[in-house]
Amino acid sequence: MKSKIALAFDRCKKEKRPALITYTVAGDNSKSNSLKILNKISQHADILELGFPHNTPIADGGQIQGSSYRALKKGIKLKDVFQIVKKFKKTNPNKPIILMGYFNLIYQCGENNFLKNCKESGVDGLIIVDLPYPENKLFARKCKKKFISFIQLLAPTTTKNRMRQIIRDSHDMIYYISMLSTTGGKLKVSSKKIIKNYNNIKKINNKINLVIGFGITDKNIRSLKSANGLVVGSLLCKIITNSVQKRQNPVTNLNKMIYKLKKEIS
Amino acid sequence: MKIKKGVSLIDQHDKNFMYGGKFGGNFIPETLKKPIDDLTKLFSKLRREKKFLSERDYHFQTYVGAPTPFIKLENLTDRLGGAQIYAKVVSEANGGAHKIYNATVHCLIAKRAGKKFIVGDTGAGYAGKMLSMAAKKFGLKCKIFMGAKDIKRQRPNVEAMKKNGAEVVPVTTGSQTLVDAVSECMRYWVSNCDLVHNCIGSTVGPNIFIKICAWSTAQISRELMIQVKDEFGKIPKKLKLINCVGGGSSAAGFWNEFMNTNAEFIGVEAGGPKNSKLHAAPLTNGSKIGILHGAAQYVIQDKEGQIGSTESISAGLDYPGISPLHCFLKDAKRARYTSASDEDALKAYELVSKLENISPSLEPSHAFAEAIRLAPKLKSSEVIIVNSCGDSLKDKDIIKQRLGSYIR
Repeated sequence: MKSKIALAFDRCKKEKRPALITYTVAGDNSKSNSLKILNKISQHADILELGFPHNTPIADGGQIQGSSYRALKKGIKLKDVFQIVKKFKKTNPNKPIILMGYFNLIYQCGENNFLKNCKESGVDGLIIVDLPYPENKLFARKCKKKFISFIQLLAPTTTKNRMRQIIRDSHDMIYYISMLSTTGGKLKVSSKKIIKNYNNIKKINNKINLVIGFGITDKNIRSLKSANGLVVGSLLCKIITNSVQKRQNPVTNLNKMIYKLKKEIS
Repeated sequence: MKIKKGVSLIDQHDKNFMYGGKFGGNFIPETLKKPIDDLTKLFSKLRREKKFLSERDYHFQTYVGAPTPFIKLENLTDRLGGAQIYAKVVSEANGGAHKIYNATVHCLIAKRAGKKFIVGDTGAGYAGKMLSMAAKKFGLKCKIFMGAKDIKRQRPNVEAMKKNGAEVVPVTTGSQTLVDAVSECMRYWVSNCDLVHNCIGSTVGPNIFIKICAWSTAQISRELMIQVKDEFGKIPKKLKLINCVGGGSSAAGFWNEFMNTNAEFIGVEAGGPKNSKLHAAPLTNGSKIGILHGAAQYVIQDKEGQIGSTESISAGLDYPGISPLHCFLKDAKRARYTSASDEDALKAYELVSKLENISPSLEPSHAFAEAIRLAPKLKSSEVIIVNSCGDSLKDKDIIKQRLGSYIR
């Protein structure tokens, strides 16, 4: 049986466009708004990444740090993250949700317990920023057993040999980091170069669903539309930050942006 | 869990770079995998290379100043009336602390790697000051990440860094102390790993940084071993080596050569203010294993795994985690760990500075506090050596504020 993530990519391929993948932090700017955001943006987004915040992130840029900080300040806990997913899935059972975060929270929760919670709430995939290959093999296997996709990352620094190994051990989706940067940095590589790297990875295995993330905004998303999927995260966190500052509704502001992004790549 | 004999402590990890199967590892973003692999390969080559070793020894001797003095603290010993108290005065090293060893070695490695730009984190400012010094000497551009709170409380070291031409980047996230400086420095490295060499200032972080740092500070115990044999003719039967531990770099270096001897190792963590719940003593207070800055270690954290707040008068010890090497030494029962409060450290600083010709900074003052507590209970045949790994000058402001006057 195909996973919901794989099905989402199939649908997008039929429509000859990349999957639009969003990233927001669970609990930003509140638990209830976080759910409202997911419900609203799922109309246009194909796959939703939901960050479970950590207070010592080593790979996140300022925007996502800001979102995580807001969420933690509101007291977000893992159990709340799972609640948000569960509630979202009640009304959107087929929309794939990927949790993204740092390993220490899983370590403290217990790998098996964490995966059990994922399964019960309806999580489709996991991205663990600081659990690289091959150290992630055991955990990835556990995920597979539960039919949860363990999504790995490739970076511009990843060697070809290593890419082959990671791709061989991958499920449903692979995430290519566009440039040497924390999340949300300014795109310092040309889109052309990114697509060239992207195509080289696809040559290793054309069947994989390869998505690009880091530094993608409404200004440059169109130039990357030949990818299987595009992840927008920091831009969305920034919109929430701005909305909070201007006392506007983050849900409507975000939705407007997602609509715009979708139009750019359709 | 057991320490192997005949194998260097830093090399006692498994294929996943874990010590005792539980501590360390490389919990890092994919982007850093290759730079860390490259650095690992380069370092494993360099540490076997005669030319590199003689380069290191040359700079340790002519630049760092080896050996640093080993002295008996006669007045303190007389006053306390128990064990013989000695100090390894590492603060006499160029720059005033042990951080110069790691900084020098990192600069030598950066040169070999063809990098022109080096970045580092700092808490007390010593790691940053030394890195800026060494970078200047070896012709590297240098950037130092430092918590905004630490910039305020360790002013003399910040001034030194700037004088050496380094850019000091204030880190304003989180608690604005060492933990945030390390995070920010790692984030900077993630973004610039193609051009920049990263020098983590202590025996923390991904495995290779732990290795390079402990390998560098091991110079302290290489010197001490000779000095001890000179002084006593052999290693004393009852010998205690007392060292403060924050990240744990000076203790790792102070103990290394004595690993297979009978010497007792005592690590002293920062207990924080008396009557405060906050501290920086994960080993003493039974913190759980967690992942911080790329490595599994005992770390102050909440049930969820969010890293906890710390508090200590000493910026250099004000860190929620502790080197995986020390976690390993603790669980293998090779070393024991305790803590001293801010007040104990201040008192120890005052007593040592008054009685002796040395003036330890607030970090080693934690170790002196434990020595002062233990000495009167011990026989005069027993020997205590304290690593006086930093000079109090950088703490002048804090000491004046807390004690009314500064003596050195």
